[in-house]
Amino acid sequence: MALTKVKMTNKLFAELGLNKREAKEIVEMFFEEIRTALEKNAEVKLSGFGNFVLRNKNRRPGRNPKTGEEIPITARRVVTFRSGQKLKARVEAYARSKSQ
Amino acid sequence: MTKSELIDILSAKQTHLACKDIELAVKIMLDHMSQALATGERIEIRGFGSFSLHYRPPRMGRNPKTGEAVPLPGKYAPHFKPGKELRERVNSGIK
Repeated sequence: MALTKVKMTNKLFAELGLNKREAKEIVEMFFEEIRTALEKNAEVKLSGFGNFVLRNKNRRPGRNPKTGEEIPITARRVVTFRSGQKLKARVEAYARSKSQ
Repeated sequence: MTKSELIDILSAKQTHLACKDIELAVKIMLDHMSQALATGERIEIRGFGSFSLHYRPPRMGRNPKTGEAVPLPGKYAPHFKPGKELRERVNSGIK
């Protein structure tokens, strides 16, 4: 089962003693403030976890894969995530334990 | 925006919770997310995006100093796919 906002809310409720409403609000605000920063073209660096990086893409030619028709892909800004060393190390420790 | 700036922003907007609690909450949330990925679990946040692990198959690498070929084992790398709302909001500044 995937990790969701509901599970994160329950963890804050259990570990921090916040009531459910406060915990839910914090989880919502956490993701909303990250979105707001990225929307304002500011990169987000969460040490120990990773960085949300913005990249500007130029317009380029594309194709409708169904019809083969050529249509331009407009210039756009996209978000990419670069995981930090600590997260990478934790994920790799899991992969090693799985391959044994 | 760094983690501490994020904590400051949240504290300023959440006046009924102590700054210490917000700081702890952010740490617990990030640790929870890392823990999920570190146990092979996906993260799905509607409107924000999803995190999952992508498998990188084993390949032959090269020692850049000696030019010697070295086998690199397969590994898992965290991957983020932005959700629709995030994609649209980030792109809204561009015409």
